[in-house]
Amino acid sequence: MHHPNLPYRIFPLGDAALTIDFGNTIDEIVNEKVLALYHQLKTKPIQGMIEAVPAYSSLTIYYDPVRNFKKTKDNITAYDHVASQLHEHLQEPIPKTSTESRQISIPVCYDSPFAPDLASLAAAKNLTVPELIGIHTEREYRVYMIGFLPGFSYMGEVDERISAPRKAQPVAVRAGSVGIAGKQTGVYPFHSPGGWQIIGRTPLRFFDPASDNPSLLKAGDIVRFISISKDEFTNH
Amino acid sequence: MNLRIIKAGVQDTIQDMGRHGWQHLGINTGGAMDKLSARLANILVGNELDEAVIELHFPAGAFFFEQPSLIALSGADFSATINGEEIPPLRPIIVSKYSILQFHRVERGARAYLAVHGGLDVPTWLNSRSTHLKAGVGGFAGRALQKDDEIGFRTPVDLCPLLGKREFDILPWKTDNVWKDDMRAKEILVLPGNEWDRLTDPSKEMFFDRAFLISNHSDRMGYRLKSEQLSTHTQEEVVSSAVSFGTVQLLPDGQLIVLMADHQTTGGYPRVAHVISVHHSRLAQMKPGDLFIFRFTDLDTAHDLLVKQQQHLLQLQTACKFKLEQLIHVNH
Repeated sequence: MHHPNLPYRIFPLGDAALTIDFGNTIDEIVNEKVLALYHQLKTKPIQGMIEAVPAYSSLTIYYDPVRNFKKTKDNITAYDHVASQLHEHLQEPIPKTSTESRQISIPVCYDSPFAPDLASLAAAKNLTVPELIGIHTEREYRVYMIGFLPGFSYMGEVDERISAPRKAQPVAVRAGSVGIAGKQTGVYPFHSPGGWQIIGRTPLRFFDPASDNPSLLKAGDIVRFISISKDEFTNH
Repeated sequence: MNLRIIKAGVQDTIQDMGRHGWQHLGINTGGAMDKLSARLANILVGNELDEAVIELHFPAGAFFFEQPSLIALSGADFSATINGEEIPPLRPIIVSKYSILQFHRVERGARAYLAVHGGLDVPTWLNSRSTHLKAGVGGFAGRALQKDDEIGFRTPVDLCPLLGKREFDILPWKTDNVWKDDMRAKEILVLPGNEWDRLTDPSKEMFFDRAFLISNHSDRMGYRLKSEQLSTHTQEEVVSSAVSFGTVQLLPDGQLIVLMADHQTTGGYPRVAHVISVHHSRLAQMKPGDLFIFRFTDLDTAHDLLVKQQQHLLQLQTACKFKLEQLIHVNH
């Protein structure tokens, strides 16, 4: 199985990185393509590449302009050198990643002390609180990307009936808080200022610096939220 | 055998050239805000360029040397003294056992760097000694330095024979003053960002015509700028994607933010421009209340400047290492 040849555009992200964009969109097929390219670049890195960062519909490659400069012939810039290698990569069909996406259950307590925005969001959406919780827990979510904070996962898409705008001003958010922004849902791994509507909290540790795999989730994972009681949260 | 903190500063952290290869997990690269100055300090004391240093903000801490040490200061000038006597920045200095290093006022710049010959002995996290304040890991216990913290040196050397009975000795080499002049310049070179063309024509003009003020909401994560409001001719959403040190984003209130060393790894605001790499240091030495202007350049120029800077640093490193080896050889 191969990925479809999606149209793409490559542009500089400053003088030490470039981004390949497959369409500025939140789309599972596009995101799979991004992750496949990311995994391919990990096994066959581009010359001068420092690291690659996958996002919703784009992949950014950070490169060392100084190291690349020495390796290129006259009149080829470091940017062109990296970009042309990337074009070459994309000439070959990118195989679907062999690694299966992991299925992960995330326990969430939706009780009021952990869910400062749950009641107001339910009211705004003409739902009861149990209905809103039911909608949030009924489907699987794809982890599209990790970003913002260490281990912060952008998951989607939430049901239109519970989608909600970001707050105008960020407020203090506790570690483990589960939020909704637009059609995305996600978990704050740390205490942080944040603008998402907070509807619950998980007892799981989303980021553990001491672990070899410090982030609980990675892009491509499939997540389901499980409603738990306050007792279960405390005893977790 | 240690460097002891006898008074905490407002935010003194251990930093190196950053943590690379983990941004896909949301772990930003971090590292010194002014990586040029951090490298200059390392060069002066004979370290590798990427050795960990202490990044100081004013008011900075006070440091007690429990053994003779070879140190250098760079970046901001915070009017440093050893045992009450002024010492110059950008010079290698041997300090005797039981010396006290203090900082008194801001003469220039926003961040000073303290390098110690042999490097700071703190564990690495994900191949870097940089302090990641948000994750509470890396550097010294994942936090800013506090009173009574003690930091060992990675490769201690016996500097006693070099010092004799003096309290400190300023060694006879220095890095040139190009960087000092550079710090006074108030022009920041940028490359256009992917969403540059979303700006309205009047906003594009304002971007270059107006001076931008660094607001009080400015820290290691980013500088919020103040100027006239800029606007875009489309409200089309930008789906979150990776950003970089130096990325200039347009916030919903029409003001700009420049992402700095501890920036979040991804963002969804329009990227109107990117500060070129060699000007990250210049920006890192500006502080709230400072004004600057943006100028466009092109990718070739940005890369040329970076290559020249790197070549210059390598030449300086070779020269300083040679001088240091000569000195040690003569005295042993």
